[in-house]
Amino acid sequence: MPPLLEVRNLRTEFRTGAGLVRAVDGVSYTVDPGETVAVVGESGSGKSVGALSILRLIPDPPGRVVGGEVMFAGRDLMKLSDAEMRKVRGGEIGMVFQEPMTSLNPVLTIGRQITEMLEQHRGSDRETAQKRAIELLGLVGIADAARRLKQYPHQLSGGMRQRVMIAIALACEPKLIIADEPTTALDVTIQAQILELMQQLTQRLGVALIVITHNLGIVARYAHRVNVMYAGRIVESGPAASIYHSPRHPYTIALLKSVPRLDRPRQARLDPIEGQPPDLTRLDQGCAFRPRCRFAVEACAAGVPSLDPAGAPGQFAACFRSAELSSLETGRAA
Amino acid sequence: MSVATDVQSQAAPLVEVRGLRMHFPITEGIIARRKIGQVKAVDGVNLTIRRGETLGLVGESGCGKTTMGRCILRLETPTEGAIFYDGVDIANLDRRSLVALRRRIQVIFQDPYSSLNPRQKVGRILSEPMKVHGIEPDPARRTQRVRELLSVCGLNPNFADRYPHEMSGGQRQRVGIARALAVDPEFIVCDEAVSALDVSIQAQIINLLEDLREKFNLTYLFIAHDLSVVRHLCQRVAVMYLGHVVELAECDEVFDNPLHPYTRALLAAVPVPDPTVEADRSFQPLPGEVPSPINPPSGCVFHPRCPIAVDECQRAPPELRELRPGHWVACSQVS
Repeated sequence: MPPLLEVRNLRTEFRTGAGLVRAVDGVSYTVDPGETVAVVGESGSGKSVGALSILRLIPDPPGRVVGGEVMFAGRDLMKLSDAEMRKVRGGEIGMVFQEPMTSLNPVLTIGRQITEMLEQHRGSDRETAQKRAIELLGLVGIADAARRLKQYPHQLSGGMRQRVMIAIALACEPKLIIADEPTTALDVTIQAQILELMQQLTQRLGVALIVITHNLGIVARYAHRVNVMYAGRIVESGPAASIYHSPRHPYTIALLKSVPRLDRPRQARLDPIEGQPPDLTRLDQGCAFRPRCRFAVEACAAGVPSLDPAGAPGQFAACFRSAELSSLETGRAA
Repeated sequence: MSVATDVQSQAAPLVEVRGLRMHFPITEGIIARRKIGQVKAVDGVNLTIRRGETLGLVGESGCGKTTMGRCILRLETPTEGAIFYDGVDIANLDRRSLVALRRRIQVIFQDPYSSLNPRQKVGRILSEPMKVHGIEPDPARRTQRVRELLSVCGLNPNFADRYPHEMSGGQRQRVGIARALAVDPEFIVCDEAVSALDVSIQAQIINLLEDLREKFNLTYLFIAHDLSVVRHLCQRVAVMYLGHVVELAECDEVFDNPLHPYTRALLAAVPVPDPTVEADRSFQPLPGEVPSPINPPSGCVFHPRCPIAVDECQRAPPELRELRPGHWVACSQVS
């Protein structure tokens, strides 16, 4: 089966006062139908910009997608006209963002925001759209849907608003949903409700999901495959189990070690990644993780390693030393 | 009273909170303000903090954990109850005594972007509290101490000449920590001190807080919503829900053997960074949302969402009882 989405060598740049920032620098990956792919990374790693680039939502200026192809359902999204792209956004690709308060329109009722989608993308008449809206709110677990449709976003709680966002994302039966930090602004118990809901619905409706998050626990619970990003590039990708149990990039290894565990008593001090996150205006021709890497050698300064097969089937890492890493790790621990 | 008795085993408590209530009035009208209700942010909390320990205070937004911290810092004057700090009730201290108190109690805030004055250089940010409290009156010695503080917090002493906007989030949080240490306090309230930081930087700051605790014999009240961080850093944990402490115990006891249904649900809701562990965990998300503290449910405030609630829970608010040695739970249905 061909992949639903194939991103090839995507590159997005921002012109800033401090210089040119390559926020996304040659990113390639695929998403299969019905699959959940997580994109993890810290602030500035390019995970959100990468997703916004796919949807062509990068504000220009200062930003610009300068290269790459995004093949979705047989078409290159980068080559579509603005009008065609508007049909894709919200129609074929649903979106859920972090801040439901800022991504919903405060002066329109919930109902209007859902029916607008259906009228725009589906050409539904008011009445059909209204019926479908009630159905959608029920689907995302909002009781008393008819009354809720008449309410405004400020009358709903954060969790409720995010449910509405999901309802809007699902309204036109998309094949793919891109969720950018969908639960970061929510409390733990509400986060659990929303994530369970998204998992159930994507499974039941066969929708593929790209979930962008910094939370390694969410990735472990929900993702089939994982892309780990650092300084605008994917440094490691593969099946979730392989990434967690036998990571092949020093950044992934260090990231997993630096988080405290809820399910185990404290064993020792944390093992943080030393140094500061990279300044994207001052990257050189070498590997961007090199200054913080425990295994860096001279070769790492010479060029950027490409994303090559490493470890388990389907696993890739961008590190010159990925093959020796597991023995180096044991050596260090001993 | 209840919690006050569990301290005999260890050192004398540094902080003892008794029957604390903090109700914020809701008013209406511009000229003639009328009170039309109140937010019961903290509603009858007993808590002790032992000298040298790190007590974790966890819960979701609106549970009152930050208000608790602000009351202990005396940034709020509690509506009711007593706060004994080193044996003295500070709940109604006058301004002058408060200034003296603040040399002993300091705070580290969540957001390193908004808690530092953007127009002051780091050197000024760190020397200001020393001036206020008359520490190191000699300017040369004060400058020296600023440099020492920066280096203790893992920053280059030359950062004294920088402005906050010239630093990264992690570096700014280190400045926030250095500022708290400037007056040589014994007790620090850390209010979501690592929540805004990226994972790799968060681990650095957690280690720094641990080092400082040891080096300066500090006591922390660590307010956080990230339970994994709390498990790593704290000796004891208090779980709050809607203005009440629902469970209090040694750290590992809370995490390995939670008794209150809310604590159980909270722990189950947090995903663990391990796909194998996650595949074996099954859980049912807690239904509903946290009710409004303006009009909290009767009886046990958790009963509308509680999986084990019985009729009685709607009527009688549960007492915080010691069910195991040192393990306190406010639920009538567990034993």
